[in-house]
Formats: sequence, C-alpha cells, structure tokens
Amino acid sequence: MTAAPRPYTLVAELTYACPLHCLYCSNPADFARRHDALDAEAWRRVLREAEQIGVVQVNLTGGEPLLRPDLEALIEEARALDLYTNLITSGIPLERERLERFRRLGLDNVQVSIQDARPQESDRIAGSEAFERKLRVARWVKELGFPLTVNTVLHRENLDRIGEVIALAEELKADRLELANAQYLGWALLNRAALLPTAAQLERARPVAAAARARLEGRMEVVFVLPDYYAEFPPPCMDGWGRQFMVVSPDGLLLPCLLAHTLPGLSFGNVRERSVGELWAGSPGMEAFRGEAWMPEPCRSCARRSVDYGGCRCQAFHLTGNAGATDPACSLSPEHDKVLSARAEAAGARQGMVSFRYREARPGAS
Amino acid sequence: MIEPAARPALAAKARLRYDRASGGYLLLYPERGLALNATATSILKLCNGELTVDGIVEQLQREYTGRTTPELRQEVVGFLEEMARRGLLRMSGAAG
Repeated sequence: MTAAPRPYTLVAELTYACPLHCLYCSNPADFARRHDALDAEAWRRVLREAEQIGVVQVNLTGGEPLLRPDLEALIEEARALDLYTNLITSGIPLERERLERFRRLGLDNVQVSIQDARPQESDRIAGSEAFERKLRVARWVKELGFPLTVNTVLHRENLDRIGEVIALAEELKADRLELANAQYLGWALLNRAALLPTAAQLERARPVAAAARARLEGRMEVVFVLPDYYAEFPPPCMDGWGRQFMVVSPDGLLLPCLLAHTLPGLSFGNVRERSVGELWAGSPGMEAFRGEAWMPEPCRSCARRSVDYGGCRCQAFHLTGNAGATDPACSLSPEHDKVLSARAEAAGARQGMVSFRYREARPGAS
Repeated sequence: MIEPAARPALAAKARLRYDRASGGYLLLYPERGLALNATATSILKLCNGELTVDGIVEQLQREYTGRTTPELRQEVVGFLEEMARRGLLRMSGAAG
C-alpha cells in the first residue's frame, strides 16, 4: 500500500432529506433507505479528524443541509478549525435571521441552486414552488456580505436558455456561476431520455458560456462543465478516486464520491466506527481505484491516465456493469458505443415528449 | 490595468489560511485553493484595502532588499493583476 494522498476538501452530506424533487438529484436512487446516522457531535469529530489529515475546505451539503437544526454547531466548529466553509443549499427552508446567524458564525460562502431562469420551468424541474423563494435567499446572501455562488444544472430543457441563466446570475451579483451539465448517474440516469441534450444544443450553448466567461472575468467566475457524454475524453471525476476529495454520507460512510456506495462489492468504513484518517488511508473501497494499478487497457498505457484517472467509476459501472472498466464516455473506450447510442437517442427524441420521474422516496428501490 | 493609487483587498470570497502541512499559506475560495509562495503571501498580507499599490511596494522593499523598486513594482503589479483577473482581489477607490 502506498501512502494515501492528502485530501483537501470534505464534502459533508448532512442528510439525504430535501424539500425539492429535482429530476437529476445527485443522491443515490435508494436514498430513502439510508438514514441520517451522525449527530452534531459525530459531525464535529469528522470535521476535526478531516482537518488533522489536511482538509482545508468543507462543503456542507445534502440533500438539504438547512433541514439540520444543528447546522449552526457545524459551521461554528468548521470555522474554529479555520476551514473554508461553503453551504450548498436549495435555499429552502431559510429565514433571513438564520442566514444572519450563519454569517456571525463565520460561514464563508453560500451556493444556491437555481433550476432555470424562468419561474415555471424552474419549479417544474424542482417539483416544488421554489423559484421566488430562492431568488429572495440569493439576494439576502449578497445583502449580508457573503459571496454568492449560483449553481444551475443544465439539461435539454434549459440548455437553450443559458443566456437567461447568466443574466439572472449577473442580476443577483453572483461571484461564481456554475453551469453544470447534469451527470447521468442516479436520478439523472433514470431520467436520461428526458434530460440529455443534443449535440446541436451544446454547440449553441458553448460559445454563449465562453463569451460570458470572458466578459465577466474578474467579476463573476463562470464555470461551464460539458456533459461527459459529449466530451472526447472524460473529465477527472472528483480529481481522481480518493485523491483530493472525501465525502462523508449521511449514514456515515467515508467515500471518494457521492455515489461510490452504490457500486457493488466495495466496502467503505463508517466514521462511527473508525477515524477519518484511518478510513481515508486504508478502507478497501478507498483503495480499490486509487492510483493506476487497477486500470485496464486502454487506460493503462494511455498518456491521459494521469489527467483523467480513467474517468468516472460509477458511470463505468452503470453503463458496462463493471466499475473497473474504462469510462465509456471516453472515445477510446471499447464500449463507447453505449454513449454514442444515448447521443443518437437524444438527437431523435422530440422535446417535451419524454416522461420523467421526480426524485421521491422509493423504499423498495435498490 | 491597476492604478498605483488603487488600494487592493482580498475579495469577499477569498481567505488566507496558514497550512501546517506545508508551512506556507493557502488562498482559499469556493471549490478552489492556491498554494502561495513566500512573495505572494507577503503581497497578499498587505492587501488590506488601506495600502496603495505603491504603499505595498514600499513595505515589501524593506523585506526584499536585493531587488530594485521598479523590479519589485513590476512583480507586484503583475501578481495583483493576475489575482484580480481571477476575481480574488477587489480594488478600493484610488481617492482618499
């Protein structure tokens, strides 16, 4: 076993509960079977242990982290540890007084999700009347002196309105705008036929994002993430398995990404039983795809293996049945046809004609 | 272009943090971080919204005696411009 690399960021998923029902939620499809297992004291210990081994940033996320009444205690602990503390939220449910309290406790940044630039379309994706409330929260964020990140997940229904999304973020005086194409895993994979954009849509959207990035340089950071399905090579998922990011799930598992616990045959330890440092360095799941020894061809001899780390293990599993395969999003993957056929399907689908399912509790699901 | 009389300060989203592991400083901001070298750290610590660019150069000159003031100014301005381009600095008005 080689020495584990230093983790920089802890993604603390405080709960899978959420008032919204977004079609592309990044939580596992079986989230309802998993329970919040960590109380405030356990989370505080996780923060301390993570900082001990090098973590300098924490993303407090979920689900919806605002549903935790003990969120204040966690912000306080994170700040005491001098961690850069980012709240990743839908903005619901939130009162201005609570946000003021977060400010006093030293929260560094607030990221608010906005599903679309238009109220009706936004609420339809969220499965909830949320749009106006979100805008109100985003304005409070700036009024209270926080930096604001706006995150909009892009898909075939809103990609053509990317210009409106940029304009809305500017109006809200966002410091950072994440135009993040959906990752087709979990709920988004279930809804892929309804969500995957066409190549033509992406061709139109890319220059709009690039122009905004140039125009807003120094004022608003504009990040545009291409969907893996249309990239020639996969992005470095999580900057590599167990390399810089650690995720602690609501049920206490220490993971390399948001969905690794849905891969079969991997065992990740629980922070209730062992320390963050021990699990980061040595749980069998964390070791499984760390480094390059696990790589099959064409990754193993590919010059890009230290750039993209073989792509996304969850995508590999969901599309090929083998978590140890080259990510089929890669044009060099022997199973790239699975991605090409999804693209062809997207090109042939008529907009608004595909049925979809909202994120909901499905206790029987696996 | 940065005016010599501008008073740079860290942007609201950026925070300096001492890093035990490396013994140096990190500049942290949403989803990112920069590991700073000693000069960059010295410059950013002086970006307090009160000192002008010239004031920063003057302060640094005491520490970096091996370099001429024009050399040092060029280095400071180049670095501040790069930081501003990344949205990590804000410039308070030149007046006052």
